Amino acid sequence: MKAIQMTRDKSVTLGLLIVAFLILALLPQFTSGYLVTLLIDILKFAVLTVAWVVFSGPTGYMSLATAAFYGLGFYIAAVFSGTVPFPLLIMLAGASAFVVALGVGALTLRLRGVYFAIFTFALVLLVQNVVLEVERVVTQTRGRFVETVSTEGVYYAILIVFFLTILAAMLIRRSRYGLALQSIGEYEEAAAHSGINVVWTKVLTFATSAVFMGMAGAIIATRRTYIDPYIAFNLNTSFLPVLMAMFGGMGNLVGPVLGAALFTYIGEILLTRFPDLYMLIFGVVLIVSILFMPNGVLGLAQGVWRKMRGGGHAPS
Amino acid sequence: MHLLEGEGVSRNFGGLVAVAGVDFYVDQGEILGLIGPNGAGKTTLFNLISAALPPSAGTISYEGSPITGLPPYKICRLGIARTFQTVKIFAHLPTVRNVMVGSLFGTGSRSSATEALRIADEELEFVELSSLRDVPAGDLTLASQKRLEVARALATQPKLLLLDEIMAGLTRNEVEEAMDLIARIRARGITVVMIEHVMHAIMGICDRIIVLDFGVKIAEGTPAEVAADKKVIEVYLGEEI
Ligand SMILES: Nc1ncnc2c1ncn2[C@@H]1O[C@H](COP(=O)(O)OP(=O)(O)O)[C@@H](O)[C@H]1O
Ligand SMILES: [Mg+2]
Repeated sequence: MKAIQMTRDKSVTLGLLIVAFLILALLPQFTSGYLVTLLIDILKFAVLTVAWVVFSGPTGYMSLATAAFYGLGFYIAAVFSGTVPFPLLIMLAGASAFVVALGVGALTLRLRGVYFAIFTFALVLLVQNVVLEVERVVTQTRGRFVETVSTEGVYYAILIVFFLTILAAMLIRRSRYGLALQSIGEYEEAAAHSGINVVWTKVLTFATSAVFMGMAGAIIATRRTYIDPYIAFNLNTSFLPVLMAMFGGMGNLVGPVLGAALFTYIGEILLTRFPDLYMLIFGVVLIVSILFMPNGVLGLAQGVWRKMRGGGHAPS
Repeated sequence: MHLLEGEGVSRNFGGLVAVAGVDFYVDQGEILGLIGPNGAGKTTLFNLISAALPPSAGTISYEGSPITGLPPYKICRLGIARTFQTVKIFAHLPTVRNVMVGSLFGTGSRSSATEALRIADEELEFVELSSLRDVPAGDLTLASQKRLEVARALATQPKLLLLDEIMAGLTRNEVEEAMDLIARIRARGITVVMIEHVMHAIMGICDRIIVLDFGVKIAEGTPAEVAADKKVIEVYLGEEI
């Protein structure tokens, strides 16, 4: 019974994913350019947020390194721009992010709690300044030019990477790694003494999540003709996915996607309608949502839904 | 050959010598008791064996090979499992998932999720927690959480089990149940080292006892020998052994 239920759940999820993918894939044929541009932005943040949640969600290690891997993707795109085909460029960015994250992870994942967060935060600044120095001293340039890709090309690339991210996140959650990550987040010491190679599990997952951040960076870089270290390694790229994940809720994967979509969309509206009050309103919305929706928008919706159906407790 | 053997095992914390050159051994199939006043270094010795901490000096061998320097997960996979004096459970995970972590990762051979779940349910049955299998572990009583830790350790299919004060804070009845549990663990052929303050439990089930005081081994022998030892009586002055 239980096994049958689970396989049915799985096929329902997979079916929904395929339908969503088809709708999103056909969208550019029917709609205006504005919607596609907005969707690119939403998908970008959805990739970053889901990738962030893959590691930081279950383990509770708050990574602020997102901008480092995303920015690395930017620079890979810039350096190899015009010399390799777009899909290869994206894969190259993913691979580079993976390798760098392995190294960074091996160095930093011994740190716990706030120290890890601060180190990853510092990493972004470090990489930014190293690239600045290299450009100043070695290449004697400031920034780089990137060969642009059509809006549709970018849209399909980020859409595919988005689905790859979701797929990877689902696989990790359901695999033995999912349980390992959760137990590390619950009590790392007990996990280690129960046979889990905690260092390797953390480093590998951290590097896997970085792959998608790097790929997103390489794709979005082609939206610009010119990039520099300040654009590539922008700390907002580290903070926004954290806020979006909190805003949407991290209980399952719908939360982070919803958080990224709503957050990006609301941000867009605020920015166009109230450019002066944008940050203020945004800040208030955020504080209110963190204070009153500890499980995010999705958690709130689920709570309301359960109340409407007359009680019952949250499934564990 | 002893199952586990330590030679000159020491551990300092800054100026404090928590474990001072202790020699010890554990033989296959026995129940060894580790007693001593608070702060004597008992938990620290467990931490050294399970590699939670590296020793400052000395070597520890398991089945004839040195294990000093191995990471905790390898120690576990070799067959040494432990529980914690202050329980360390995965509070938000269902009870059965807690145990499944042990059977999935700790056995030393790769098992499928189905197999790991089967073992987890068996061990829950063994410690009599089956009825709580789907409850978040954090909602269990202290006595049940201690049993859960035992089940998680057993799920790694250990040869040697280190139990750190699993009877502390339990009621009289629960202590009796814990004693019965340890007897049934031994009946499975698993060797046990137990730290305990509940004297009648220690005296009742251990084959041999080691007494630590300020990190030093002050006595070793059968329960009767230890209870009659002058140094031990001095340390436990005023307490009835
Ligand atoms: N991680 C640690 N850091 C510093 N001191 C410690 C640490 N662990 C134990 N100690 C000290 O070592 C001594 C022995 O502690 P412990 O092994 O927990 O004793 P017991 O389990 O016999 O009560 C105590 O004085 C304790 O304060
Ligand atoms: Mg202790």
